[in-house]
Amino acid sequence: MDLAGAYEGILFDVAGGFTLLLLMTAGVVCIVWDIFSNDDPVLPVLAAMTCVVAAGWEVRGLDAGSSTAFYDLIRAYGLTSYINITLLISALVSIVLSVPYLNRIRRGYGEVYALILFATAGAVMLASANSLVTVFVGLETMSIALYILVGLVRQGGGGIESALKYFLLGAFSTGFFLYGIALLYGATGTMILPDLAAGFEARGSMMLLFWAGVALFLVGFLFKVSAVPFHMWTPDVYQGAPTPLTGYMSTASKAAAFAALILVLYYGLGDLAATKWQTALAVVALVTMVGGNIFALVQNNVKRMLAYSSVAHAGYVLVALVAGTGEGYAGAAYYLLIYSFMNLGAFGVMALLEWDQKEGSEQTIDSLSGVGLRKPILGVVMTVFMFSLIGFPPFGGFFGKIAVFAPAIEAGFTWLVIVGVLASALSGYYYLRVLYVFWMRPQSWSAPQVQAHKFPVPSLSAAVLVACAVVLTVIGFVPVVRDLPMVYFDVAFTGGTP
Amino acid sequence: MEIALSWYLTLAAVLFAIGVAGVLLRSNLIIILMSVELMLNAVNVTLVAFSQSMGDVSGQILVFFVMSVAAAEAAIGLAIVIAIFRNKLSVDINDFNLFKW
Repeated sequence: MDLAGAYEGILFDVAGGFTLLLLMTAGVVCIVWDIFSNDDPVLPVLAAMTCVVAAGWEVRGLDAGSSTAFYDLIRAYGLTSYINITLLISALVSIVLSVPYLNRIRRGYGEVYALILFATAGAVMLASANSLVTVFVGLETMSIALYILVGLVRQGGGGIESALKYFLLGAFSTGFFLYGIALLYGATGTMILPDLAAGFEARGSMMLLFWAGVALFLVGFLFKVSAVPFHMWTPDVYQGAPTPLTGYMSTASKAAAFAALILVLYYGLGDLAATKWQTALAVVALVTMVGGNIFALVQNNVKRMLAYSSVAHAGYVLVALVAGTGEGYAGAAYYLLIYSFMNLGAFGVMALLEWDQKEGSEQTIDSLSGVGLRKPILGVVMTVFMFSLIGFPPFGGFFGKIAVFAPAIEAGFTWLVIVGVLASALSGYYYLRVLYVFWMRPQSWSAPQVQAHKFPVPSLSAAVLVACAVVLTVIGFVPVVRDLPMVYFDVAFTGGTP
Repeated sequence: MEIALSWYLTLAAVLFAIGVAGVLLRSNLIIILMSVELMLNAVNVTLVAFSQSMGDVSGQILVFFVMSVAAAEAAIGLAIVIAIFRNKLSVDINDFNLFKW
């Protein structure tokens, strides 16, 4: 390793990793501040401002080509900036929605906002990974912060049971993930992603070691993005966690894991692996789309239904990755951005409509009858989110689905896309059912429900939700958002010729 | 006599399998946590063995990260176990069935 230019390069490195450093610093500041001024209402403002500043910084990097920093350990600008903006928007919306929610259930701890910042820092590290070490550290930083956030409400048993299930399965999958890294390292002799292919040949092409490593490595990712058959934790965890934080988990942690997967497949395995992992991934995408949608059909609990729907959406993104082309990866990045707005919005609306005093873990769809008429703003934005989740034009979800399905057709996976379109038609049933209950059922509320609904909708939360809905309505007509990730990938890249 | 790389790898694979079996078969939370630690440490053995045999240091650097992550995970895991024990007075995973299907 050449250390000659170390001091000259440090400014560039710091600029490249600025978001990561800023989020970590702000998280530490929040924790220390909280010691001296317990649960200070300034903390969420500080956390939100941090996200805004970091997102503003990342906008600068959108047009720049991808480069590496800190001796190839992280990747900066380009695709990383695009994904980081998604992650920071997700964190910002979650922080804004969490404040009134957590204060209402008397859990407005200052540490929550520090933990959201730490989780976001982990997510950002995942999205900028250029080395297996960075992937591992980012994944764990994010996961460990999320384990705590899920178990925030210790009373009642629901939240802590969710945290336990998330933790146990998460730690278990980390073991496999790490073993995969170790075997990949043994087969290639390097941790740097772009060097994997060359290292594999230099070490004498140890097929068994390499493929075992890739398989275990992918299992870890598929667990994090909750693909079937590694999805069993998702509904339980989403149901028990505080609702705005469920929204955060379902968007930021998923987007970050997908981003790292894209980086690994594009830079690391792309050249030598195409045909082999494509088939396996195609099967996983298929069962994820079908399984997620079918399980969602039979749910009565709103949060479980949305959890299975997020499983199904992971399947749609996987379809784009199966295509294995630059266009496919760009489509996946675009879909993750749109999906974040939809899901944050849907969970945000549910957070404002909870009446069961158990963070929505026992809230059934039927209990929402007539909500749309009583709270028209929430009703209207929920309508936008649901139609967008179905993939109904002119909302963002429709354009997102085109972006993930079109590259798969071009790559010859028409059968997979047909299944995907049928599965998303199926999803119309459970999304529209929510709207039916919202608008067309007569109100038949019990006394505690009426009591809970006297809780006024905080104006800032309403503003954020309306903003999400507006973004979803217009984003499809701003082609630059869709075309931007295209330039990050070599368009001629087809994942190595089969 | 020098011990061949394959011996270390076999040892690590066996340790990993014992850890997986412990997580899947035992129902006591504390033992499951110990089994997870065993899995992580089996990986550490693999990493150090590869790193040593290749004369490349990055595997051993990852081991340091794994150790610190394992410590953090143990802290969080035990905290969750204590919190759930206060609710249910049990550390048996079969008792935690609020959510299913």
